[in-house]
Amino acid sequence: MQLVSQVAQIGSSVTNGLAYLGSLVTLGARAAYYTFVAPFQGKPLRLHRAISQAMDVGVRALPILSLITFFIGLILALQSAYELRRFGAINLVATAVAISMSRELGPLITAIVVIGRSGSAFAAEIGTMKVTEEIDALETMAISPIRFLVTPKFLAMLVMLPCLTIWANTMGVLGGSLFGIAQADFTFRRYIQASVEALFLRDVVTGLIKSVMFGITITAVGCWEGLSTGAGAEQVGRSTTRAVVMSIFLVVVVDLVFTALFFFVSGS
Amino acid sequence: MDESAFTQLTDSAESTAMISVRDLRVSYGDREILHGINFDVQRGETLVILGGSGSGKSTLLRTLVGLERPASGQIWIKGKNIAAISVAEMDEIRKKIGMSFQGGALFGSMTVGENVALPLREHTQLEDPTIEIMLRLKLEQVGLEGFEYYMPSQLSGGMKKRAAVARALAMDPEILFFDEPSAGLDPIIAAGIDQLILELKQAFRMTIIVVTHELASAYLIADRMVLIDKGNIVAIGTTQEMRSSTQPRVRQFLDRVAEPEVSRELDYLQMLTEDYRPPRPSAERRGSR
Repeated sequence: MQLVSQVAQIGSSVTNGLAYLGSLVTLGARAAYYTFVAPFQGKPLRLHRAISQAMDVGVRALPILSLITFFIGLILALQSAYELRRFGAINLVATAVAISMSRELGPLITAIVVIGRSGSAFAAEIGTMKVTEEIDALETMAISPIRFLVTPKFLAMLVMLPCLTIWANTMGVLGGSLFGIAQADFTFRRYIQASVEALFLRDVVTGLIKSVMFGITITAVGCWEGLSTGAGAEQVGRSTTRAVVMSIFLVVVVDLVFTALFFFVSGS
Repeated sequence: MDESAFTQLTDSAESTAMISVRDLRVSYGDREILHGINFDVQRGETLVILGGSGSGKSTLLRTLVGLERPASGQIWIKGKNIAAISVAEMDEIRKKIGMSFQGGALFGSMTVGENVALPLREHTQLEDPTIEIMLRLKLEQVGLEGFEYYMPSQLSGGMKKRAAVARALAMDPEILFFDEPSAGLDPIIAAGIDQLILELKQAFRMTIIVVTHELASAYLIADRMVLIDKGNIVAIGTTQEMRSSTQPRVRQFLDRVAEPEVSRELDYLQMLTEDYRPPRPSAERRGSR
């Protein structure tokens, strides 16, 4: 009897999870429709709003993102040097940092910083509008909340996350160079040269593809959590927290899926 | 209902009434909130929907403007059953109705002017100077001329409501809905909002539907009233008919007689569901005093 109820519980959790994913996909698809299709059918984009969102998501994230990825680059250099040193291959430190930053850590760290700054803000902004009936007001004015609110954020994310990722990669390499110059007899010029030589276009592009997927994920989760906020101010806080936790989880899942995909595609 | 009766009903609904509600049922999950509501609203009439907290009056209003989907029944607005139309058709109807929300629901990131102009910018091809003129006109109608560059956060509660009404009026709606227009306002400001509703009614012959529990305001603005209790219509009639009604529930509401206090959880839960009976038989209560 207990087994049955446990199985039922697992079943309902799975169904809920799938329903959640379904809502995210629907939301993402509708945002994509309003971004790429609707403008050609006479429903203009709110470009003005998208630009101010892009400022928020992208430009204002630069200082903190630079600092974090600089340190991450330095940490990567230290960690890889620890192992490389034993093989007398400390000059490979530039390669290790460049590849792990652009393939993995650049996109991932960028996504996490953006989740903390903007994913949470999306959920809070839309959640507050839900609580104060502003979303309902949009609907009674025959204005789609998705077109009005989600699409500018979607567009801003789609453009800014890859940009931020490139920036993060660069800062990571610079962080690594600090160690390279101090401990591995590199000059700055040679360190950068070694980094550039180590990278294939493929490494950078796979990272950027991931960052685009992360951007879609973060927007969908943040906005969905905002839109599904219940009644009452405390629900906004809950939505915001859920948006951050779910975004981090789903970004890691998306990361895994795409890393595996790239591995098998390039392997065959 | 057979086919002919159905057509007859819809025909009559189209010809005389602006809004016809037929056997409307609305549920949240498993819980039914409205249990078969029927009423008509005539063109140019002001109907006040009265009811206590949790009576279902707000749900009724949200269903009428298409924010909630009915479980069954029909809502005919201007000859279209909004319970069974597409999103695009619903949007066309929404452009002809205005809704003023309880807290105003103005967009905090836009100025008052941008708020009011939003429906015009979204749904019309009007040039900016024209929109500017219409915006001034709407703000003047609600007594807020000169406030277009203020942010909603800089307005008082009453002014926010007025700005919200201006936004609801932007598209020159035929039907105007108000959710608790005097909630959270002091009596003088609330009287001002009532006055505004009366002016709109007289100046534009608009069909107005107001949800409220403020009796004074209801008496002042209503042509007819509907009293809702626990998801059912208890009484419907003109203000005069309601005043002289002898129905116990109407009298209790209009005379503001207190409900016996709910003291047990079970009673409270029972009260929330339809099969609610007064907590204790009256004899027992008298005995306990």
